[in-house]
Amino acid sequence: MKRYVYINDENLAKDIYCDNRISNRKYTIWNFLPKNLWEQFSRFMNQYFLLIACLQLWSLITPVNPASTWGPLIFIFAVSASKEAWDDYNRYLLDKKANEKEVWIVRQGIRKLIQAQDICIGNIVWLRENDEVPCDLVLLGTADPQGFCYVETAALDGETDLKTRSIPSACMGIDGVIECPSPDKDIRRFDANMRLFPPFLDNDVFPLTIKNTLLQSCYLRNTEWACGVAVYTVEDFYHVCVEMIRGICGIGNQTKLGMCRGIPEPKLTAVDAMIDKLTGAIFVFQIVVVIVLGIAGNVWKDTEGRKLWYVRYPKEGPWYELLVIPLRFELLCSIMIPISIKVSLDLVKSLYAKFIDWDDQMVDPETGIRSNATNTAISEDLGQVEYILTDKTGTLTENKMIFKRCCISGRFYGNESGDALTDAQLLNDVSTGSADVIKFLKVMAICNTVIPVRSKSGTISYKALSQDEEALVCAASRLRMIFENKNGNILDIKFNASPLRYEVLDTLEFTSDRKRMSVVVRDCQSGEIFLLSKGADETILPLTYTGQQVRTFAEAVEQYAQMGLRTLCLAWRKLDEGEYQEWASMFKEANSTLVDREWRVAEVCQRLEHDLEILGVAAIEDRLQEGVPETIETLRKAGINFWMLTGDKMNTAIQIALSCNFVSPEPKGQLLIIDGKTEDEVCRSLERVLLTTRITESEPKDVAFVVDGWALEIALKHYRKAFTELAILSRTAICCRVTPSQKAQLVELLKLCDYRTLAIGDGGNDVRMIQQADIGVGISGREGLQAARAADYSIGSVSGTSLFNSVSLMAYNVFYTSVPVLVSVLDKDLSERTAIVVFVITIHSYAFEKSEMEEVAMVALSGCIWLQAFVVALETNSFTILQHLAIWGNLLGFYVINWIVSAIPASGMYTIMFRLCKQPSYWVTMILIVATGMGPVLALKYLRYTYRSSKINILQQAERLGGPILSLGIIEPQSRSPLDKDLAPLSITQPKNRTSVYEPLLSESPSATRRSIGPAQRFDYFQSQSPLASTYTRKDN
Amino acid sequence: MSFSDGASKSSSKSSTKPTYSRFTQQELPACKPILTPALVMATFIVIGITFIPIGLSHLSASENVVELVDQYDEVCIPADSPDPDVVYSKRIGYIQDETTDKTCIRTLIVPKKMKQPIFVYYQLDQFYQNHRRYVKSRNDEQYRDPSASAKTTNCEPEAQLSEGQPIVPCGLIAWSLFNDTYTLSRNDVALPINKKGIAWESDRTHKFGDNVYSKNFQNRSLIGGGKLIDNIPLNQQEDLLVWMRTAALPNFRKLYGRIETDLEVNEIIKVVIQNNYNTYSFNGKKKLVISTTTWIGGKNDFLGMVYIIVGGVCLLIALVFITVYLIKPRPLGDPSYLSWNKNPASVQ
Repeated sequence: MKRYVYINDENLAKDIYCDNRISNRKYTIWNFLPKNLWEQFSRFMNQYFLLIACLQLWSLITPVNPASTWGPLIFIFAVSASKEAWDDYNRYLLDKKANEKEVWIVRQGIRKLIQAQDICIGNIVWLRENDEVPCDLVLLGTADPQGFCYVETAALDGETDLKTRSIPSACMGIDGVIECPSPDKDIRRFDANMRLFPPFLDNDVFPLTIKNTLLQSCYLRNTEWACGVAVYTVEDFYHVCVEMIRGICGIGNQTKLGMCRGIPEPKLTAVDAMIDKLTGAIFVFQIVVVIVLGIAGNVWKDTEGRKLWYVRYPKEGPWYELLVIPLRFELLCSIMIPISIKVSLDLVKSLYAKFIDWDDQMVDPETGIRSNATNTAISEDLGQVEYILTDKTGTLTENKMIFKRCCISGRFYGNESGDALTDAQLLNDVSTGSADVIKFLKVMAICNTVIPVRSKSGTISYKALSQDEEALVCAASRLRMIFENKNGNILDIKFNASPLRYEVLDTLEFTSDRKRMSVVVRDCQSGEIFLLSKGADETILPLTYTGQQVRTFAEAVEQYAQMGLRTLCLAWRKLDEGEYQEWASMFKEANSTLVDREWRVAEVCQRLEHDLEILGVAAIEDRLQEGVPETIETLRKAGINFWMLTGDKMNTAIQIALSCNFVSPEPKGQLLIIDGKTEDEVCRSLERVLLTTRITESEPKDVAFVVDGWALEIALKHYRKAFTELAILSRTAICCRVTPSQKAQLVELLKLCDYRTLAIGDGGNDVRMIQQADIGVGISGREGLQAARAADYSIGSVSGTSLFNSVSLMAYNVFYTSVPVLVSVLDKDLSERTAIVVFVITIHSYAFEKSEMEEVAMVALSGCIWLQAFVVALETNSFTILQHLAIWGNLLGFYVINWIVSAIPASGMYTIMFRLCKQPSYWVTMILIVATGMGPVLALKYLRYTYRSSKINILQQAERLGGPILSLGIIEPQSRSPLDKDLAPLSITQPKNRTSVYEPLLSESPSATRRSIGPAQRFDYFQSQSPLASTYTRKDN
Repeated sequence: MSFSDGASKSSSKSSTKPTYSRFTQQELPACKPILTPALVMATFIVIGITFIPIGLSHLSASENVVELVDQYDEVCIPADSPDPDVVYSKRIGYIQDETTDKTCIRTLIVPKKMKQPIFVYYQLDQFYQNHRRYVKSRNDEQYRDPSASAKTTNCEPEAQLSEGQPIVPCGLIAWSLFNDTYTLSRNDVALPINKKGIAWESDRTHKFGDNVYSKNFQNRSLIGGGKLIDNIPLNQQEDLLVWMRTAALPNFRKLYGRIETDLEVNEIIKVVIQNNYNTYSFNGKKKLVISTTTWIGGKNDFLGMVYIIVGGVCLLIALVFITVYLIKPRPLGDPSYLSWNKNPASVQ
């Protein structure tokens, strides 16, 4: 669906496309209550509680005061409603501020100041430097004579580099129509056309791309002014309607920004899912109980009950008489699903999330970015991760690219010194002006989208989207090919102090499908036109002109990949003027298509990129993060399966995998490669690998499989079952050359097998994977904030302390703190069994003359409270002052409250508690209840603990006995999560010391239990009481 | 505009560093007890050693209680027919007939010397004072406050006369007041039973008003149990107060009165019972109980027995644990038990 935007013609626009009022609000004052209640009641548990609460209003059947259900229910609802209301109010305030911001628009040549909310589609908006863009605009003019302006898009995509935006090449007119697609959320694409009304240039249609737009919430920088025509405004009535009908969304924000803000699928944690299942099961059980007891009750009433003259059953009951007893039982059973469970879970979860936010150990020392738990609801799942899927670049590696080696026309540079920039031979070749080297350097410096920014002191810094490009440009400038200035399409380069000038004619952009980028430049001195290309070897090497020997380059690529370096092939070709012109018109046409533009452009690009002359291969090092190998080693020992998903070459990926302990080298480890170009090949290879994996399962061998994107595609499509089996069997996998959607597919595959997955990534290509995984961790690193925004947890960039440290730490903390809560949540069976103890003891000790109802009730209740305190105490693994307060304070509070109530003459309980506390038999009964209730529990727990230990028990014991689980175990007895302390000195004082202290990620989920120990430690460490010093020395080696 | 908001948040994050506290950093000092064999065994032994003496002292206290129990419902009613249905209807006819003399004489022999105070109880079995309809059928406000005599909420079906006058005290509990009476004599000398102060202190002073008088009580055609004296305030009619402390279990004893002299061994006590109360409809039992008390209250072997049993079992468990530990010691915290370490693949 297209829309036509008539520039500067309000009458046409008004009827269909409405104003620019921002509304992010979910509610209005009027619909808040019904809408909010509706949302809350769409949850099963809430419906259940409402039903119970309503039944309790019927005094004939209620066993308790209705307030006991209504109170908590209203409280829960009030809390979540007021949270929603508060959030909504804040959104309203933000909206209001944005709506009332004043902007200039141009109307009939006169600048007018209006409020941002009054912008109409077709209005020309005039912006000054550092203004925020109020809605999506198509650029019409800038202060720059070349028609360029710079924008910062950090708010939109998290990328902090300045981006160039240009006005459409022939745009000086005032009237015209822009034909643009209906709003979508792709912030990297805008395929539209513009036609100007006084048709000059033969009524030409100008293609508009994202380059010609200013998107909402970007900032205009380095440009005095710019003006543009509004194409998408916020409140777009027409489209709201369309979209409502389609059921896509209810909020009418049609700008690119607004469309981007998708609602991610809510993630359920294992505990949540379990509680949901339990609730359902309990409900069914309840119904059965109610039916059975209800029938029995009615039968008893009619046979025996009628004989009890003192009860005086009426002879004829009302019609609902038969229902009364079952409903009473239902109400009595309703406590089986405690109303508090949801509240306490939610509270505790948000507390965990806060703990993660607060944690000083998880602050990136370099940038000071804290970890941030965006999703507060899934913290406890961190301790149950079974699969970690990780991106390579920026996650395992630092994503700080450094140009290390190169191979130019068959000569290898940097092999001896390990750094091409200090290679004497290369420096010599540069100064003598070897033609091949100069061409190579030129491509390095020109073939990119980097913007040089000259600071006031004269130094040049480069703003680049891609770390690779930045590395190349920086390396080129070190080799005296200095990219000095970019002025529109004109590039100024200085080589050995002689200036060179090139005009960029076209940029054939990088896409993950093409895996290469090219620029077409014209040498301003000679007027010659060149095509400069760079890209992955497999996309560049086949494009050479016939006759060029590519073997050396292929070997170089192979050799570099073996070292774990990223390789880029650089190539060029001289173009004829005619050939270029012919191609340029095709390119322009492809660029102005509205449908499938990306594909069309790629096709056209391919027509130019052929017969290239390969200049050389550049190898870029992507350094591993601090502590990564050790972390992976320990996590793997802890039983967590690791998958690496990367877009890199297979060899590079394998090298990285080896260097970070991902797979063990031969003979301990074995790599099984699944490859093949055709279905059959893949199938055979997959079967072979599967067979080997099955055989080696029992052998002490680390088996990992490696699969590339192509084979993966086929495997996922045709051999899903076999691949799934392989995925389950194999603990490690390396998937190279995978696309973002394949990453997400893999996550989905594992999730379908009921594994808890955690995905870590930092770049935009990881977003889908992160959203798909049970737990997504985003790193706000150098590749922008996209991943962090999509993630459930975001952490600062990870240099200094290891990322994995942080993650394991996170899980550790969460687990430890969650134990008491899980106890309180999960001790159902325990309390029910012990309740019988309480009941039996109470009725026997308070038999006959003492069996006054209030007293017996109070004795039973005290018994429960006592037992509960001791059960919780027994199940608590670590006592801090808080736990003591909670457990014993609860007990004390019970007495204090009851004494107060017993002192009120009007209450039914008057004097009861005082009477009881004076009786010795009350206390004797309490002690008996505790002993009888706890004895078997303690004995069983001890037996299980000692003779059938779960992993977690052993770990606790080992920890308690001062084992070196904590590499610096000495601090342990006083510290709640000892790791925190251990880490602090290490990460601060010894940033280079590759010491990672990995913490136990304890959990009782079936296969997710893990133990982590220090990197160089062996298991025999466990038993030894290693002193601090020895631990240190061992670890340092 | 939450996007720009998010961006600014991340940039300001470094500045809004929360204040350091041991709580936020989860570094609170903690002790982490684990179940070592020594600890567990010691616990069980200690429980065993302390519980057995407590149980024994309990049992001996219970043993010192002298208790005379006499079930009189069967014997105090004429029933001589082989057919239980006939017996049932005859008994009901007898007990509901107001005109017959229901006096019944029982003789009891004191088994042991009983020191005063000696408590006289009546015990009802299979009487559900805890029945929902029954237990709710009262209005404490009416009992407490003379001006609230018209308040009969919850008292149905014993709330008002058909003309609308309220019944005081209203409700089924009061209406079914127990009305058997016992007159004791020893060697043909009357043995006085003191019925003062048998109800709870708090009931006399707070729960029942001292100027609330019964009105229209048992005035309807269907008469439940005992009657009250209209010109004595409710809080002095202590039988009612005792009765209205409803029992939690269907078998219960309620205090009838106190004998304030000692009873010697083998003394014969004659009890004249007015067998008025109908437990025959629901086959309930009635018992007269004369008992002394000790610090544990009345006779109750349960607590003592359970204490001894629990103590014994604890010692036994401790013994078993020690034997098992000696036979098959198992080091704590041995990582070789970790399942993933059992996998030869990762054992180094």
